[in-house]
Amino acid sequence: MQKRLANWGNYPAITSEESAYTQEEQLRSFVVANHGFIARGNGRCYGDASLGKHSLSMLRYDKVLSFDTTAGVLETQAGVTLDQILDIIVPKGWFLPVTPGTKFITVGGAVASDVHGKNHHLEGAFSGHITEMDVIIGDGTTVTCSPDRHTDLYWATCGGMGLTGVITRVKFGLKKMETAYIKQKQIKARNLEEVVRLFDEYKHYTYSMAWIDCLQKGDSFGRSILIVGEHATKAELNGKQAQAPLQLPSKPRLTVPFNLPSFILNTFTVKAFNWLYYGKNFKKEINNVVPYEPFFYPLDAILHWNRGYGKAGFIQYQFVLSLDQKDGLIAILRRISEKGWGSFLAVLKVFGRQDSLISFPMEGYTLALDFPVRKGLFEFLDELDEIVLQYGGRLYLSKDARMKQDVFWKSYPNAERFAEIVKAYNPGKRFESLQSERLLLTK
Amino acid sequence: MPTVLLLGAGSDMAVAIARRFAAAQYDIQLAGRQAAALRPLQQDLQIRYGITATVHSFDATAYDTHADFLAALPVTPDITVCAFGYLGDQEQAQHDWQEASRILHANFTGAVSVLNVIANVYEAKKAGMIVGISSVAGERGRQSNYIYGSAKAGFTAYLSGLRNRLFRSGVHVMSVQPGFVNTRMTQHLTLPPLLTAQPEQVARVVFKAVQRKKNVLFVKWPWRYIMLIIKLIPEPIFKKLKL
Ligand SMILES: Cc1cc2nc3c(=O)[nH]c(=O)nc-3n(C[C@H](O)[C@H](O)[C@H](O)COP(=O)(O)OP(=O)(O)OC[C@H]3O[C@@H](n4cnc5c(N)ncnc54)[C@H](O)[C@@H]3O)c2cc1C
Repeated sequence: MQKRLANWGNYPAITSEESAYTQEEQLRSFVVANHGFIARGNGRCYGDASLGKHSLSMLRYDKVLSFDTTAGVLETQAGVTLDQILDIIVPKGWFLPVTPGTKFITVGGAVASDVHGKNHHLEGAFSGHITEMDVIIGDGTTVTCSPDRHTDLYWATCGGMGLTGVITRVKFGLKKMETAYIKQKQIKARNLEEVVRLFDEYKHYTYSMAWIDCLQKGDSFGRSILIVGEHATKAELNGKQAQAPLQLPSKPRLTVPFNLPSFILNTFTVKAFNWLYYGKNFKKEINNVVPYEPFFYPLDAILHWNRGYGKAGFIQYQFVLSLDQKDGLIAILRRISEKGWGSFLAVLKVFGRQDSLISFPMEGYTLALDFPVRKGLFEFLDELDEIVLQYGGRLYLSKDARMKQDVFWKSYPNAERFAEIVKAYNPGKRFESLQSERLLLTK
Repeated sequence: MPTVLLLGAGSDMAVAIARRFAAAQYDIQLAGRQAAALRPLQQDLQIRYGITATVHSFDATAYDTHADFLAALPVTPDITVCAFGYLGDQEQAQHDWQEASRILHANFTGAVSVLNVIANVYEAKKAGMIVGISSVAGERGRQSNYIYGSAKAGFTAYLSGLRNRLFRSGVHVMSVQPGFVNTRMTQHLTLPPLLTAQPEQVARVVFKAVQRKKNVLFVKWPWRYIMLIIKLIPEPIFKKLKL
């Protein structure tokens, strides 16, 4: 069916032919019979990675295949979303080993982007928790791969943006928890210096990230709130929470029903938002126990908040720089504050070590910012790219919709090796997205 | 716990219906031609909802197996949902009897055959419910799909007769008339969004209607009126329309 498709940033928007299947044999026949299509999960990547002239929606390929409640191992088809998984595993005392900031993504999308969460510095990315997975490669065969089977396919598929084939089945380890609550600590940091120091001080916490107000100058440059947390133990709950430690109260959802006019999000409103956000944390430090949902998925409470950026859409710009390149981080934040194009959301996180073929994380600082699409934005981001390159960093493919070819090829050290593996499993560009064409990921 | 039998359990609509009933703690019997292909759904239902789901091999057009099929089920289902169907290719069916007969048998004779058996069991038990998924296409023949439409028309008439007959035994028969549904069956078509239901919506509405013992159910309410209008167009005019 012809459909208007866009991912979370609403840029770019295209018309695409969409197909969907519920059985492996149908998927296989589809793969063998078609060219130039891309697998698509829930469209929660921001840019053009799951957009193509022809897309294969995996959302109906959504069966949960096994759940070992003793060992904590879950096996699902690739189209199951994390929110469906949480509904199944949380009441049994298990949690996702790694989760991004939204639960509305599919397992296939989690693998293809090799997503990271607030625990990356201690527990790595999603790929580190997979015990095996199936991929339908270009010739239509299903290959089972894992960290020790068909390892080239495995590592090129984790973070490989769907270019090695269609991920159909994933088996991964879960994490034991006593309660569905998080014991969190929020600490105000006066500036960038301080938040960087705090990250270090609190690095033993399993979960951490910081909201940055990137419009501040001078002394308050990089003013932020660090949020760290641990799964709460039963003993740490009280009252209602303690009665049903694994059950969350259900609540109604808010939604933004249509695109807001873009003038609503100008510098002024961003300033006001950040001021309020920062200001509401009137104390230097807040400690409390909260349900896991607002802690991990604060934005999911407002469905379709992305429409707040208006019809033209927005770009999320996420880069990573190694730990010793704090100057690069300062340089970029400085450019943004000079330009005055701040965003509602600027999220800072420290990654731990990760050696992988093509996945985004590496030990260092990662910053994610939203910019509404407008005249001059792409030129400005090209300038930021130069700084990222200069400091040896790179951009997250899952958020990207506009980087230039050479930026990718210069910044991902294993790009050539990745392209070779992709070529072997995806001859003749069977799997192809707007992004892969733009960046020549399938040469 | 009550049990629901789904005939033609592989379809997108049946999957959604199975999930909706399983979420309400019904046990589920999944019946379809390729039983192996139903295993993932079986696992899924058991893991998500903690109910018992079983898989049974069933071929709508193997008429003489239908009595044995029903007898072999682990328990007699409280509700039987007849969800199989085949849209086929109208143009091909006009020239190729194979295709025409596939459409007729999959949508009509197969359903009559298996529901005859089930109706007799329910009548004897004086309990049970039959849900038949027919189609608005059966309300009036149109040149674009009258072979499928005529089979569904037959099925709709069969269901209303069955409802009439079984009423006295306390057995309820419900006919469902979905309009367009966004499923694999229709994915090559471009459908008007306002008139197109998602399988999950069909499932929700069917579930509710089952609780309320509705007789005839239109999934999206405009369809009731659209079909009414289509039925009211006088034949001399209707035959000239390209519908
Ligand atoms: C509010 C928000 C917060 C986020 N926070 C984070 C975060 O903290 N950390 C993080 O890492 N990411 C984050 N993301 C990004 C998101 O986790 C990734 O983009 C994820 O890949 C989206 O998954 P999806 O199922 O929506 O897939 P899509 O967006 O549809 O596709 C993403 C990629 O996966 C591929 N793909 C999907 N399914 C398959 C399959 N079955 N086989 C092969 N390839 C497939 C697609 O081709 C595409 O390349 C966030 C996104 C949002 C909207």
